[in-house]
Amino acid sequence: MSTIAVDTSSAIGNAAAADADVPVRIAVKNLEFYYGDFRSLKNISLDFYDRQVTALIGPSGCGKSTLLRTFNRIYSLYPEQRAEGQILLDSQNILSPSIDVNELRARVGMVFQKPTPFPMSIYDNIAFGIRLYERLAKSELDGRVEEALRKAALWDEVKDKLRQSGMGLSGGQQQRLCIARTIAQRPEVILLDEPTSALDPISTGKIEELIEQLRSEFTIVIVTHNMQQAARISQFTAFMYLGELVEFGPTTRMFMNPSKKQTQDYITGRFG
Amino acid sequence: MAVVSDKVNLSSMPAVRRRTSPAFDQGFRWASYGSALIVLSVLAGIIGTMMYGGWPAFREFGFGFITSSAWNVGKDQYGAWVAIAGTLTSALIALVIGVPISLGIAIFLTQLCPPWLRRPVSTVIELLAAVPSIIYGMWGLFVFAPLFAKYVQMPLTSIVEGMPILGTVLYARVPSGVGMMTAGIILAIMIIPFIASITRDILDQIPTVLRESAYGIGCTTWEVVRHVLLPQAGVSIIGAVMLGLGRALGETMAVTFVIGNANRLSLSLFDPSSTIASRIANEFNEASGMQMNALLALGCILFVVTFIVLALARLLIARVKTH
Repeated sequence: MSTIAVDTSSAIGNAAAADADVPVRIAVKNLEFYYGDFRSLKNISLDFYDRQVTALIGPSGCGKSTLLRTFNRIYSLYPEQRAEGQILLDSQNILSPSIDVNELRARVGMVFQKPTPFPMSIYDNIAFGIRLYERLAKSELDGRVEEALRKAALWDEVKDKLRQSGMGLSGGQQQRLCIARTIAQRPEVILLDEPTSALDPISTGKIEELIEQLRSEFTIVIVTHNMQQAARISQFTAFMYLGELVEFGPTTRMFMNPSKKQTQDYITGRFG
Repeated sequence: MAVVSDKVNLSSMPAVRRRTSPAFDQGFRWASYGSALIVLSVLAGIIGTMMYGGWPAFREFGFGFITSSAWNVGKDQYGAWVAIAGTLTSALIALVIGVPISLGIAIFLTQLCPPWLRRPVSTVIELLAAVPSIIYGMWGLFVFAPLFAKYVQMPLTSIVEGMPILGTVLYARVPSGVGMMTAGIILAIMIIPFIASITRDILDQIPTVLRESAYGIGCTTWEVVRHVLLPQAGVSIIGAVMLGLGRALGETMAVTFVIGNANRLSLSLFDPSSTIASRIANEFNEASGMQMNALLALGCILFVVTFIVLALARLLIARVKTH
C-alpha cells in the first residue's frame, strides 16, 4: 500500500519505543513565529522525546527549518525575527529573555545544510567549542577531541592529520567534522538542518548511520526533504504545511497509515 | 480554421538586418586595441622618463642616494633617506591608527549594525573617500594642527620631558601642531574609508551559514569575529590594508600641508619631517640640474615601492574570491 520503502524490522522496533513511556525532552507550546509582520509558524504545540530522532518534513516554506531554528534561538541573530509562546527544554522556557543564549547553544547543538568547518585545523575545529565552556588540561582536551571524532565516525580518517586545515576534507568528512564539533560540547539536543542535502549518496549513508548511533545519547531533531531518509532514521515524524503542524506521530504510523489526507498526499509524492 | 505551423517562408521575410561593412568591424577592433595600448604606452613612458631623469642621481651618489640623509641644494648633495623614512613612518602611523578603526567599522557594519543604520553609515564612509585631499590638508593645517598642538603636544611634552625613550619620541621642540604625527593622523583618516569598505565587502562574502554555525556552538560576537570571520577573511584583509598603505605612501597634498617639510632626521614624532611626495611637491617648481635628477630618482623609488605594495594587495584580495 505504501510506496515508501521502510526498513520494517527497525520500524517495528521504533513503534515499540514510541509506545513505551519515553520522557519528553522538548515541549513546544503554542509557538508563533514572525518574520517582521509575516506569521510563519501558527500555534505549534509538539513534544520531542528524549533520545529519539524526530524528523520534521513538509514542502519548502512550510516552517520546518524555522521551527528548528527556534530551539537554539539562532533566529535571534536577526532583529526582525521573533518567537512567541513557550519552548520548554527540561521544563525551562528557552524563549525567556533571562536565558543565556550562548549557554543554550552549547546545550542545543546545530548542524547546517552545508558543511561549515571553521578556518582552523581539524583538531581546533573540535577543541574550539570545548574551550569556550571548559578549561581542560591538554591531555584531557586531546581525549575529548578523540572521543568526539570517534563518535562522529571520523577518527580513523583524520587521526594522522589533526593539524591540517578542516577545509581540506571532503564534503562528507567536513559534515561529520561539524557533527563531531557539536557532540564535543556534550549537548542534550542536536538539531540537524537538512544535513545531507549537499552530500553524495555514500556520504549521506554514513551520516544516517551516525545519526542512528548518536540516538543512544542525544535527542535529535532533523529537518529533511528526503522522505525515505525520514522513514529510515526517525522514530517520530512531524508533517508541517504552511506554518501549521498537520500531523505528528510515530514514523511507522505516519508513513504506513497517516490519519490526515494531506500527510498521505505529501508522503506519497502527490504534492510538495 | 487557422493552422499553426512553425515553418516560416524565409524569402518572404523583410530584410531586417542592415549589412555592416567588414571594414567597420575591423576598424572597431583596432580602435579598442588602440585604447588599451594607450594606457600601456603612457605607463611605459612615465617609467622610462623617470628612470632616464633619475639615472644621473643614482649614478652620482650610487647606493648612498638611498642611505644618505643629506639634502643640501647649496652643495648639490642629495640623499633620499629622510624622505624615505618619513614616507614609511607616516604611513606606518596611519596604519596603526587606521586599521583597528577600519576593522571596527567593517565589523560593526556587517555584524552588529541594525539594518536601518547600515546604509547611512556606509554612505558617510564612502563620502569620506570622496573628499579631495587638499581639503584634508587645509583642515589639517588650519583646524586640526592648532588643536593638536594645544591639547596634545604641549601637555604631552611637559609630561614626557626627561623620560628615557618617550622623552625623545614624544617631545615637541616647537609645539606647532605640524609634524610627522599630524601627517600620520590625517593619513589615517584618509585611508579609513578604503580599508573599511573593502573589509566590509570581504566580510559580506563570507557565507551566513558559517557565521550561524559559529554562533550555533555558543560563541559570543567577539569570538565569532576573532576566531572565525577574521581568519576566514584572512589574507584578504591584509590586502585591504595594503591598498590603504599604497594610498598613504603616495598621498601628497594633505601631507605637504601638515608634515612641516623639514629636511633633517628627527627621532621625535612631533617634529616636522618630510615624505618623498611632499619633498617633490615642495621643490619641483624651482629645481634644476642635479636637484631635478634627484627628485626624479625619489619619484622612481616611490613608484617602485607603491607598485609592489599595490600588486601584493590585489593578489591578496583576489584570494578570497577563489574560495
